[in-house]
Amino acid sequence: MSATSETLENIIHKEYKPGFVTDLESDTFPPGLNEDVIRAISGKKNEPEFMLQWRLDAYRHWLTMTEPTWAYVNYESVNYQSISYYSAPKVKEGPKNLNEVDPKLLETYKKLGIPLYEQERLAGVAVDAVFDSVSVATTFKDKLASAGVIFCSMSEAIKEHPELVRQYLGTVVPTSDNFFAALNSAVFSDGSFVYIPKGVRCPMELSTYFRINAANTGQFERTLIIAEEGSHVSYLEGCTAPMRDENQLHAAVVELVALDHAEIKYSTVQNWYPGDEEGRGGIYNFVTKRGDCRGRQSKISWTQVETGSAITWKYPSCILRGEESVGEFYSVAVTNHCQQADTGTKMIHIGKNTRSTIISKGISAGRAQNTYRGQVKILKSAENARNYTQCDSLLIGDRCGAHTFPYIEVKQPSAQLEHEATTSKISEDQLFFCQQRGLSAEDAVSMIVNGFCKQVFKELPMEFAVEAQALLGISLEGSVG
Amino acid sequence: MLSIKNLQARVEDKAILKGISLEVKPGEVHAIMGPNGSGKSTLSHVLAGRSGYEVTGGSVTYQGKDLLDMKPEERAREGVFLAFQYPVEIPGVSNIYLLKAALNAIRKHRGDSEVDAMDFLPMVKARIKSLNLDEQFLYRGVNEGFSGGEKKRNEILQMAILEPSLCILDETDSGLDIDALKIVADGVNALRSPDRSFIMVTHYQRLLDYIKPDVVHVLAQGRIVKSGGPELAHELEEKGYGWIDQGATA
Ligand SMILES: Nc1ncnc2c1ncn2[C@@H]1O[C@H](COP(=O)(O)OP(=O)(O)OP(=O)(O)O)[C@@H](O)[C@H]1O
Ligand SMILES: [Mg+2]
Repeated sequence: MSATSETLENIIHKEYKPGFVTDLESDTFPPGLNEDVIRAISGKKNEPEFMLQWRLDAYRHWLTMTEPTWAYVNYESVNYQSISYYSAPKVKEGPKNLNEVDPKLLETYKKLGIPLYEQERLAGVAVDAVFDSVSVATTFKDKLASAGVIFCSMSEAIKEHPELVRQYLGTVVPTSDNFFAALNSAVFSDGSFVYIPKGVRCPMELSTYFRINAANTGQFERTLIIAEEGSHVSYLEGCTAPMRDENQLHAAVVELVALDHAEIKYSTVQNWYPGDEEGRGGIYNFVTKRGDCRGRQSKISWTQVETGSAITWKYPSCILRGEESVGEFYSVAVTNHCQQADTGTKMIHIGKNTRSTIISKGISAGRAQNTYRGQVKILKSAENARNYTQCDSLLIGDRCGAHTFPYIEVKQPSAQLEHEATTSKISEDQLFFCQQRGLSAEDAVSMIVNGFCKQVFKELPMEFAVEAQALLGISLEGSVG
Repeated sequence: MLSIKNLQARVEDKAILKGISLEVKPGEVHAIMGPNGSGKSTLSHVLAGRSGYEVTGGSVTYQGKDLLDMKPEERAREGVFLAFQYPVEIPGVSNIYLLKAALNAIRKHRGDSEVDAMDFLPMVKARIKSLNLDEQFLYRGVNEGFSGGEKKRNEILQMAILEPSLCILDETDSGLDIDALKIVADGVNALRSPDRSFIMVTHYQRLLDYIKPDVVHVLAQGRIVKSGGPELAHELEEKGYGWIDQGATA
């Protein structure tokens, strides 16, 4: 009934907490993109020649491509010449440790609730923080180094471990893979690099925080994680951006490689600025994330909680090449106001006895549109492959939408696939029931939504699960009043 | 405890409650009977503050406060409890989680400290046993896949944990088998106390055999048309509603 819909509507209204701008002196390229810009980026980073060639090849390919339009999202197309492709806080030299990092920057992290020192001490999480385009501080290096783990910025990896970069970069997401991946390959300015040697269980969870600060800049990070035979790593990624009226582009590429018996767990809590209630501003989040289960019995698990961005275009995927390899995708995508999300996964079964699980929870409120798009492909070679897909949508109010596009392609008759999908709505009856038991409408919505997302939250590392629940509450605040 | 004066309410321009007056003193049990569609659930919902009803006249005073002025959750925290005629399912939210959240919301309102899991669990387990429900019910989604009778017992469980001052039971006996009826009635009787009052909406005399009401009211076409002692329920059981002058006000 109208009264409760209003209540529901009001819960959605809430300020974007990380929406401040940090006043830092930065070194920013003028807007525009051409081969000289790419040379300049590569030059800034003192990259070896092979990297520059790689970028230029990607750029030339990108010029032949067009922006994809198949996603269920609506936006004015991006003017790629009006974006600046490089912005870095000004420092004389790269910081050697946290004491050399601009205190203003550290203040920013504090405001975001991720004080690096705190994290170092309390959580034992190693953080690689990417601010605009450059990785500013990597903590915990020593402890990781003694385990043989390499965790550094991509720029550093290119300089210090060119052979590894050369061997793996672009092998999961080729430069020509798609429009945004090609653009990223040409202009990426930084990102994280992780290498876990054979048989090593990474002694701590690795974490990256991304933040877009400067105006009119695109952020194009490139992340590469390599887990050698029998190794194990859990990686966390968090994202925020200031509030700005214009849209900002974030086109990242993440590549994961898991060799025999290796396991990679990749968790994301994404809270890019979603734009205001009328849909002004916000981040365009066009991301290609893909994991390659190259080895036998390897496992890659994606868990994502997506509450931010004006537009999300993102399909963390697994290529299940190794026999008996396992791919997992657990996702909560929340859209509110005018946000649009088209997200899901691809599970490509190539090896025998490969298994995949997809659990997707979409929540829409306000006038938002939330689309699940998933592909399960079982190739001829993938004998006895199995997939389980569960795809649930929850609507809050009656002006939002949920859409589900499952694509299934099976070339191997022994495959077993299960698919379940539901759409439900937070009903007035449920709300009133909770209120009658003493809960506020907001707490009731938050409780119902958390119940709905439980299956995914339990896949997140502890501290992230707490953050995700809090975020969920925040992004839905104002949807009931 | 509760004083309803000439209460009128409508739903989407349709007048449903047409001037209801009712006095409930602490410790009293009032039964409300009446034909289908006469407005019994509407009265319960208006008292609990459900949206969608427009109060067009009259007043309701609860423990000296203007009840109609409070938000639904405030009423609940002040001790008004409604056992629903049709309890709703909330998938994914475990029963025990809801119970604890509700209890703590109420305790917080009273200025008490929150209960922690250590104290809470034994307290719930004792109650659940007396209602002859399996402990497993605590960990299932709220009413998710419960049978009709189980849902009703679950309402009583919540009531027992939250310890309200005014309990409104909307047809809690409907859909219960004979044994369950006895269990629920025992549950209610165990909660009877000099400072707790009950309004029980029911169609059946049988419930009133177990829970002795102080007053029985007949609600018809949005008005209380007759009130009396427990014998009135017997009379209704025998003769139906036809003999009552439904235009009259008791
Ligand atoms: N949302 C609504 N819109 C229109 N009419 C309504 C609405 N809610 C209740 N009514 C009407 O109000 C009247 C009273 O309904 P109510 O549910 O209070 O009856 P009741 O006495 O509880 O009946 P029962 O014994 O069947 O439970 C009915 O005629 C019903 O159709
Ligand atoms: Mg009724």
